[in-house]
Amino acid sequence: MAEARKVLIDPLVDNNPVTLQVLGICSALAVTTSLMPALLMCLALTSVAALSTAAISSIRNRIPNNIRIIVHMTIIASFVIVVDQMLRAYAFETSKQLSVFVGLIITNCIVLGRAEAFAMKNGVGMSFLDGLGNGLGYSAILIIVATLRELLGAGTLLGYPILPTVSDGGWYEANGLMLLPPSAFFIIGLLIWAIRSWKAAQAEAPEYRIHEVHRTEVL
Amino acid sequence: MDYLNLFIQAAFVENLALAFFLGMCTFLAVSKKVETAIGLGTAVVVIQVITVPVNYMIFTFLLADGALAWAGLPDIDLSFLGLVSYIGVIAALVQILEMTLDKYFPKLYNALGIFLPLITVNCAILGGTLFMVERQYDLGESLVFGFGSGFGWALAVIGLAGIREKLKYSDVPVGLQGLGITFIITGLMSLSFMGFSGIKL
Repeated sequence: MAEARKVLIDPLVDNNPVTLQVLGICSALAVTTSLMPALLMCLALTSVAALSTAAISSIRNRIPNNIRIIVHMTIIASFVIVVDQMLRAYAFETSKQLSVFVGLIITNCIVLGRAEAFAMKNGVGMSFLDGLGNGLGYSAILIIVATLRELLGAGTLLGYPILPTVSDGGWYEANGLMLLPPSAFFIIGLLIWAIRSWKAAQAEAPEYRIHEVHRTEVL
Repeated sequence: MDYLNLFIQAAFVENLALAFFLGMCTFLAVSKKVETAIGLGTAVVVIQVITVPVNYMIFTFLLADGALAWAGLPDIDLSFLGLVSYIGVIAALVQILEMTLDKYFPKLYNALGIFLPLITVNCAILGGTLFMVERQYDLGESLVFGFGSGFGWALAVIGLAGIREKLKYSDVPVGLQGLGITFIITGLMSLSFMGFSGIKL
């Protein structure tokens, strides 16, 4: 039980997929201009990650090693299609805002990375929890970034005004930069700085000491 | 002129890496050296130029609503199969390109090395295809868009690699070292690329 808890909780801060494993950055930055699409994206990614790691783990002993990537991709793509169709059916407006990024969950490295690194070696239940935990770790970062960007950029949260903006007769001068792409990079950069100051063990060795990139080891 | 505009739009204004955050994982992981960045950039341009038009044809003649009219099946809409077909095409094309390069251009093949298979999971490639479908480009436009977006991505990754090569001698605060400072730099690059917005020829 303790192990299951560790698998589920670890990816939240200690082994966060976005800030430590450098996985799934693309969508973490792109869908965070406001909170609503970010929440929907979290839901989509977490369900795809949990379901596909469980599915891959359940057939892990039957997947031939040299075509495993294609098999993973097909399984993940199928789950993404299901999620995409669900979103179009029940949350059409927000799914329009997410545009291509739901489809891009297929190439989201969190899903493939966890399938490779964890689901191929562990049982169905544990893999499900691992997928869920990593999905939640990703969600935590997404929600923080989206909250900051929407609140500071438009003065609203989920569309409801929190800081009354000058254009609506309030006092808050909305910071338009927050809604533009560069601010997403800055916020994640600063977030990484904050997390690494808190958990010093995560800090990287100085740049000039060459160290291998995990992404290439995954494949 | 429309094609030139589309190229500038795809390469600079709507840069896949800096404006849409596509291919970020590879972008951050493989930007430590200019040489490898150039190799990866070239590979992305080549794959992008091939996959976007090929996926265009698959979408138009097989998957879109009514696309199967030529086979006598005008009522069939297979567009929900899009995602799985595109990623299949990309994976297959990467594999074919890898084998072709291995046989005929072993030098280039060795230079690209690990980056070729990695490209399958580079979201810039799938993203290019999905944008092509969403914006309803025609064949010529999708070819230009594929080249422009690949070129823009390559330009961004080479630029970042150049900055990071210089940066390794600088004194960065401990927690910010590595990933953190890379994000900040990418943000600054993204700011500078925003300066291209509004350019039209």
